[in-house]
Amino acid sequence: MEFSVIVKNFDFLIAQGLLGFGNFVGGTLRLAVPAIVLGFVLGIFIGLGRLARRPWIRIPATIYVEIFRGVPLVMVIFWFWFIIPVLLRVALPEYGVALTAFVVFEAAYLGEIVRAGIQSVPRGQMEAATATGLSSAQTMLYVILPQALKNMIPALVTQFIVLFKDTSLASIIGYVDLTKAAQIVNNREIRPFELYLFIAVVYWLCTYGMSLYARHLEQRFTPSV
Amino acid sequence: MVKFQHVNKWYGSLHVLREINLRIAKGEVVVVCGPSGSGKSTLIRCINRLEPIQAGEIFVDGKPLSDPTLDLRALRAEIGFVFQQFNLYPHLTVRENLTLAPMKVRKVSRGEAEAIAAKLLERVGIPDKSNAYPANLSGGQQQRVAIARALAMQPKIMLFDEPTSALDPEMINEVLEVMTGLAKEGMTMVVVTHEMGFARRVAHRVLFMDEGQIIEEGAPQTFFETPGSPRTRQFLSKILSH
Repeated sequence: MEFSVIVKNFDFLIAQGLLGFGNFVGGTLRLAVPAIVLGFVLGIFIGLGRLARRPWIRIPATIYVEIFRGVPLVMVIFWFWFIIPVLLRVALPEYGVALTAFVVFEAAYLGEIVRAGIQSVPRGQMEAATATGLSSAQTMLYVILPQALKNMIPALVTQFIVLFKDTSLASIIGYVDLTKAAQIVNNREIRPFELYLFIAVVYWLCTYGMSLYARHLEQRFTPSV
Repeated sequence: MVKFQHVNKWYGSLHVLREINLRIAKGEVVVVCGPSGSGKSTLIRCINRLEPIQAGEIFVDGKPLSDPTLDLRALRAEIGFVFQQFNLYPHLTVRENLTLAPMKVRKVSRGEAEAIAAKLLERVGIPDKSNAYPANLSGGQQQRVAIARALAMQPKIMLFDEPTSALDPEMINEVLEVMTGLAKEGMTMVVVTHEMGFARRVAHRVLFMDEGQIIEEGAPQTFFETPGSPRTRQFLSKILSH
């Protein structure tokens, strides 16, 4: 055991690998955080689309979910990396490709969570809001979504954690995230045990932090009885 | 105020409302009773178009509901609806339950909406609960909040769908008292209920429905003492015998 390898390469692993500041395009958090935020926003629209009464909204949303839920994430990353530049005749940067692939892919899963969350709110809530003259957008915004969001928190956080860990797949197109950074250091130092144990701890600390925050949110959204 | 003209409604092949003709005048209190599945809840849910109808016409305040240019939201804002299961918003306080629609639909200022809410909570007898959440209230209190929520929109007509059926027996009276008070003030009310004491004391007219039809209607005294149809007599003997 020679943990000095961690100390020696700490800056590279954390600044470059986790945060994305360094000579390479990369950073686990720099990819995961915007992917979670944008994926969730797109997911809300997909989820609402799945529940729309108008078929020209509902059917495309359903097809979207079925397509992206049915293919591996690695393949989606490859599509954006190899196929889109050919079709559009422009070269896309690694970061843009990775972020787009994650947002597009995760929105399918998050959309299903949003749909289930909305459907978990009793029908009477919508009827009560409608009966007082609220529009369907107002009903969704002030009555249904706040309740649905609370019910969604456990499933959402699980999906966010999955997404966070899946960002390591971006390394296949040369994106230097935490996993890739550890690989680079390991190629030089040959200390796989120490390096991969260290990044496992870093991943775990981040995801456990997300779990704790979710628990806190869930309590905050529960009216004190 | 409300007029049904040859109204028919189906759920798939189930004919739930059959040739309903009905007029409800301003200030009138109408009680609708009948066995479950007779269409009485559906009848009042059609008045604010929570349920669409397939044939006939319903007029509210002279306006036909089938008119495609009708502002349905404005119409619903004029019609208070009280549900069997209260349907209060669990994530909002009692005060917020009362102020949401006035602020968002009527564009009343927050201060004004809260003043109206305070007055209404006073009127339904729970002025001290405005910061509580629905989960902290008893069933009777929740239903009184639900009535106050409907009144906060200053409706012209109030519809009640079995407002006491989900309540423990000792809480029924506190809700009926609020409703009686409303009736005395001249509110137009349509009440689906099995509370025959309330019907006798407060209603101007009682309707009996069975299998989607209005079988009998009349002033409470005639209705209860000399019901014309055997089906009504049978129903009344079942619910009044104990």
